[in-house]
Amino acid sequence: MAFAAFGSASPTKDSGNKRKGGPIVLALLLPGLIYLALFFMTPLVNLVVTSLESPDPTGAIGAYFYDFNIGNYATVVTSYMPQILRSFGYAFAATLFALAISYPVAYYIGVKLRSRPLLQRLMLTLVIAPFFISFLLRTIAWKQLLSDDSGFVSLLHATGILGQTQFFIGSDAAVIFGLTYNFIPFMTLPLFTNLERLDVRLLEAASDLYASPRKVFTKVTLPLSMPGIISGTLLTFIPIAGDYVNASRDFLGSSKTSMIGTMVEADYLQNWNYPSASAMSVLLMGVILVLVTAYVRRSGTEDLL
Amino acid sequence: MAAQANVSGADLELIDVRKDFPGFTALDDMDLHIPAGQFFALLGPSGCGKTTTLRIVAGLETPTQGQVLLGGKDITASKPHERPVNTVFQSYALFPHMSVLDNIAFGLRQRKIADYEKLAKDALNLVELGHLGDRRPQQLSGGQQQRVALARALVNRPSLLLLDEPLGALDLKLRRQMQIELKAIQLEVGLTFLHVTHDQEEAMDMADIVAVMNKGRIEQMGAPEVLYDRPKTAFVSKFLGQSNLFIGEVTSSNPSSVSIEVGGHKITVDKKRAEKHTGKIAIGVRPEKADFHETKPKLGADHVVIGPGEIIDIRFTGVSNQYLIEIPGVGEVIVFAQNIGKSPEIELGAKVWVSFKVEHAYGLADLPDGTEEN
Repeated sequence: MAFAAFGSASPTKDSGNKRKGGPIVLALLLPGLIYLALFFMTPLVNLVVTSLESPDPTGAIGAYFYDFNIGNYATVVTSYMPQILRSFGYAFAATLFALAISYPVAYYIGVKLRSRPLLQRLMLTLVIAPFFISFLLRTIAWKQLLSDDSGFVSLLHATGILGQTQFFIGSDAAVIFGLTYNFIPFMTLPLFTNLERLDVRLLEAASDLYASPRKVFTKVTLPLSMPGIISGTLLTFIPIAGDYVNASRDFLGSSKTSMIGTMVEADYLQNWNYPSASAMSVLLMGVILVLVTAYVRRSGTEDLL
Repeated sequence: MAAQANVSGADLELIDVRKDFPGFTALDDMDLHIPAGQFFALLGPSGCGKTTTLRIVAGLETPTQGQVLLGGKDITASKPHERPVNTVFQSYALFPHMSVLDNIAFGLRQRKIADYEKLAKDALNLVELGHLGDRRPQQLSGGQQQRVALARALVNRPSLLLLDEPLGALDLKLRRQMQIELKAIQLEVGLTFLHVTHDQEEAMDMADIVAVMNKGRIEQMGAPEVLYDRPKTAFVSKFLGQSNLFIGEVTSSNPSSVSIEVGGHKITVDKKRAEKHTGKIAIGVRPEKADFHETKPKLGADHVVIGPGEIIDIRFTGVSNQYLIEIPGVGEVIVFAQNIGKSPEIELGAKVWVSFKVEHAYGLADLPDGTEEN
């Protein structure tokens, strides 16, 4: 199961263990099961049911009846194809950027700062520090910092990177920047947890066995940090694909940067088109599930987990 | 293996090597020469700088000053992966994400050696684990992992093989067995081995030359028999086996011998077996070279006799009985008597005299820690 990638380092046990069970275990599990039934299964079923509803024949806005209207899915796929592709494109790019930035940071904190625990904890706190402020406020702050009359944009104009009539806010780059920025801690922390446990004696052994520093990284460090990379990329890719804040025109985006989340929000809150919004959500969930499963399978990290 | 059997080891030379860590000096101006093809052991307690020496040779640590020469070539500045040196690590450091065979082939593949697969299999067979090549290292026992680590280093046919207490984690029986195998492999492949250990038996058993290290310096170096027979410092005499030490002022000296007086007893050592001939010196004798008697023995000038004293402890260790004898004015003396069925019926508290041959005594260059120099 794909979610095993989030799990701890304990090896997956076969489910053939019959002796576990009994009333105490059940009693301990019950609160969790009730919670899942109430707050996960019920909305999920409700979502799927809603996604198949048809518009009320009276034509009243926001009124729908129970149906089995698969056509809703065809409609959202055809009309929202650009947003679907854009969502995954953004998610892919932002995840890659987050990984490229986080890996060296996590390596530095987790490996190089081992001998200085105080500094290590301080740096780790700095990674989490942005969470102390609401991400909406931080994103709005970036909107100000990167606004059309900001020094940053003047610099882009002066250097000719942007034409005089082009601006940063509202561009693909601005949204990808916002997504990367907002989700970086979710990449850094799992990477840190993994690299913190990296046995540097293995790196010494590899260099003793004629591996150049580059080879040591590709043959030993990287394969051993795969579980951290998998967890980190999943924890960023999945929420980014469904994000609707950064791409919104109220924040860093424009009408040309809308993502699936933007469309779900619009259909649900503005157009009152509940079946369309639901179908979109189910679709997003399905695609992510397929992508993630394929990803975890392919990366072949099962035996490292 | 046969294809590269003619490759032999290179000699290693450390010139004036010093390593300072923040707050302490791990190695203090060390000079060392290991001839090619030798099995060399660095012996010492933990923290004596032996592992630092090994890491400097491997390139994992940079010396503060000094030079490292391998086969006459200065390798002080070269990176670990550029040195024809391989290490068997104390922790084995096997790659957990690779099979046993891939672990062994790692070095060969880094050097782009074509038939790495065959060579790796041969190496695995050499350590008698040919059937376990597909396993992961963590599925093997400690002894098997140790052999994989050895094969992974040996397969590269390094000019110099470094062994960092590789047998430390094994139980006694397995350790003895691995010692024999390791020695056999060394003789077979003819490489230079530098073995770091704190186990004096292991060092004496396996090495051609043993260097005893203490506090970042080599105290004494030589063949195991010589080191045992004639330790030159108090540290070596205590670290390598056990010693009875007698400390006293030199009272008489002639061209062939030196004598001190301790608690009214005259203790003599051959002049050529003594490092120091004047002032306050320490004279030692090994417990198995000493003997005890229930009546005062009538022995010539070639023997030292001290006593009477009292037996205050008797320990049975199987091959020998160990007697602790308290002699007034001298202190405690240990005597080992071999268990050959004719040891005297002696009991705690018995009054005895201790004797040993003058030729078995040795004079040290220094005094044990805590002795006043006058």
